[in-house]
Amino acid sequence: MLNEYDISALLVTIKLASVTTAILILIGTPIAWWLSQTRFKFKAVIEAIIALPLILPPTVLGFYLLMTLGTNGPLGNLLESLGGSSIAFTFTGLVVGSVIYSLPFVVQPLQNAFSSVGKQAMEVAATLGASKLDRFFTVAVPLARSGFITATVLGFAHTVGEFGVVLMIGGNIPGETGVLSIAIYDHVESMEYAQAHLLAGGLLVLSFIMLLIVYVFNRHFSIMRSDS
Amino acid sequence: MIECKIKIKLDSFILDANFSIPDRGVTVIFGPSGSGKTTLLRALAGLEENQNGYLKMGDSIWQDEENFVLTHKRRIGYVFQDAALFDHLNVQDNLDYGIKRSPNIEKAFIESIINLLDIKILLNRTTSQLSGGERQRIAIARALLIKPKILLMDEPLSALDMKRKQEILPYLDALHNDLDIPVIYVTHSPEEASRLADHLLLLDNGKVIGSGPINTMLTRFDLPMSHGKEATSLIDAIVVGREKEFDLMQLDFPGGQFTVPDNSLEVNSSVRLRVSARDVSLTKEKQIGTSILNIFPAIVDELSVEGGAQIMVRLKIKEVTLLALITRKSAEMLNLQNGVKVFAQIKSVAILS
Repeated sequence: MLNEYDISALLVTIKLASVTTAILILIGTPIAWWLSQTRFKFKAVIEAIIALPLILPPTVLGFYLLMTLGTNGPLGNLLESLGGSSIAFTFTGLVVGSVIYSLPFVVQPLQNAFSSVGKQAMEVAATLGASKLDRFFTVAVPLARSGFITATVLGFAHTVGEFGVVLMIGGNIPGETGVLSIAIYDHVESMEYAQAHLLAGGLLVLSFIMLLIVYVFNRHFSIMRSDS
Repeated sequence: MIECKIKIKLDSFILDANFSIPDRGVTVIFGPSGSGKTTLLRALAGLEENQNGYLKMGDSIWQDEENFVLTHKRRIGYVFQDAALFDHLNVQDNLDYGIKRSPNIEKAFIESIINLLDIKILLNRTTSQLSGGERQRIAIARALLIKPKILLMDEPLSALDMKRKQEILPYLDALHNDLDIPVIYVTHSPEEASRLADHLLLLDNGKVIGSGPINTMLTRFDLPMSHGKEATSLIDAIVVGREKEFDLMQLDFPGGQFTVPDNSLEVNSSVRLRVSARDVSLTKEKQIGTSILNIFPAIVDELSVEGGAQIMVRLKIKEVTLLALITRKSAEMLNLQNGVKVFAQIKSVAILS
């Protein structure tokens, strides 16, 4: 069964994925809304930057994060001069890396959902006396709910599955930055295939269930919509 | 009064609307597709960006060089072409959305609007359980329930088929008769305009080409509606009595009394009559022994030669204006000129409400 090392890896992973997803929804929502509404000339540039983690090898991303956040990096220096310490090889560093790595998985579904809400529903709400913020929360968000479900599940699942970024800036400190995907790698390295199977199989099943939830929910909503 | 001087530049179109209209009754914005009707209505609601100008609504200034009152602070009822109900809310919650955001909406008022539009049995439905006509009635109720200062309607019937239109029109009449808020109604349908309008604002290619009381606009020779075989005039009248044995009813109007087929409207209800210019003939002396029931003394106000054989005559029956389309030959035989006294024989009328 799971040993102490595996359990701590599981807990760190769940904590990391939850914190990352929460932060991503918080910062991804305004970004996605802005992208869905703006006629900004260089919108495509912003979209490309956000989509970058989709195609970039995670080790590249991890390497640059390490360079920036590490003791000798510009942000690391800044943090140290402010009396803090470098966040490389800490849980916080892992969260920062994960947020950047999973950003497109949250922003894109939200942006699509906000775009399909359309202008008219918001205009109706305005004529009925709702201010900008009011109609965002009472019209745009509820109408984009399927986007929120997709974004949450994809953001969470993708963070659980990351490896390269974690390897570069996490450093696999048990209880702090040691996560499941690295634990699996360690088991394989030490020829502990039974343990590796347990964790890998668990992740496989978990990922499948989460995706299933997304598809069932979205189907449910699209059926409700097509009724009208 | 509603005073408006608005200029909007869209990609390949400029709306330059400069007009003032009464802030009571129904004003119909009428014009062909692409003339800028919807854009103008949206500008009145504060929904159009890239605009500048001046907009005064009764006592309040909604827009000038320094100020721009945002849509949600204007308190307008806006009915979109396709109802635009919120699909994430049921019917009741759709209605409550506006009520919650408006001060002092009394229960009795809510009841009265629900009765006016006859939607009580629909309140617990989801929006997907409504027909097109029902959706539009909910949308109208939702707009009215915030006690708007003005009701703006953008072709509310255009998305409906003939039968649904007939289903909604009586409610629009009721709105017209029972409510004391000004309505601005956009349409390209002459039938809707002549049935609903008190005032007409004519738009063509982004410019206002005329504005005035509906019948004046229909009979002005410098405007297109007063020409051709489709030309009509409107007469507002009141039911005063009936001749049961002949299935007829009598209607009083400022120029006299009409006798028309009974359509079971109650005494004292107001009706609007549409008289086609082709159905009006003129005589010098009052005919006796004719089958025509409705004959009124009139004075020739102005003549306009149409193409070919015909001539359009504008008549005054006291202060009521009427068009008659006759041949040029008849006009010459009767020696028609401005100010000549004639008798107008009206062969048939259509009752619009």
